[in-house]
Amino acid sequence: MTGVVLLEHGLLVAAGLFVIGLVGVLARRNLVFQLLSIEIMLNAAALAFVIAGARWGDAGGQVMFIFILVMAAAEVAVGLALLLRLARRVRDLDGDTVSAMRG
Amino acid sequence: MTTLFYLSSAVALAAAALGVSRRSPFHALLYVVVSLLAVAVVFFSVGAPFAAALEIIVYAGAIIVLFVFVVMMLNLGSREDRNEAALLAPTMWIGPGVLALVLLAELVVVLLGGAGAATAGTAVPPEEVSATLFGPYALGVELASFLLLAGLVGAAYLGAGARTTGGDR
Repeated sequence: MTGVVLLEHGLLVAAGLFVIGLVGVLARRNLVFQLLSIEIMLNAAALAFVIAGARWGDAGGQVMFIFILVMAAAEVAVGLALLLRLARRVRDLDGDTVSAMRG
Repeated sequence: MTTLFYLSSAVALAAAALGVSRRSPFHALLYVVVSLLAVAVVFFSVGAPFAAALEIIVYAGAIIVLFVFVVMMLNLGSREDRNEAALLAPTMWIGPGVLALVLLAELVVVLLGGAGAATAGTAVPPEEVSATLFGPYALGVELASFLLLAGLVGAAYLGAGARTTGGDR
């Protein structure tokens, strides 16, 4: 497989994963699924970086993958803590129930 | 190793689509774990073994386990109040199991075919990655540690609040 084909097909796979995650965020209302879909989208972005890094033989792609990994870990820790807080308060995981939040 | 790339890409896409569309959170988590493992195989097939190992350790090993903890802590009320037998029914794990078997078959093929054969792109060895990470990107590493500290403090604060003040609504 030549490098250009690898880049094209790998980016296609990354785009497909990203769209699946985006559909999950938009279509699901359960906050657990929305967070999970955000993880899939971040993973797709990281895949694009690694594919591009492999195409040009550059280590920067994997470095950016590590940064995305760190960001995803911090995001999921705070997001799940907020989710627990919300679940205790409103007894529901539907994201639309808190759309009238104030104060 | 073009087949490895395409097969695991197909597994990743299928598992992600199935995971997003499941009704039960446990089903979805099983599918998403398989999807992340398949993406790790894709990393391996394009010559990024360090990224593949990190994907398995951090994504599938830490982040998804956090999700499992939270889904179990939530215990989503009567709607999700299913018993242990229902969770262990074959319909629960047969789909992710089949997709994971595909990944296992790929792994066996790679191991039998020799370790150096699994490269479709330009292989970037871990030494080069770490040299770049702690060379030009050293400032980014410091910023990432700030971000992790902020995430730790935020999660600890929010989690402690959920334990002490969450009960008295």
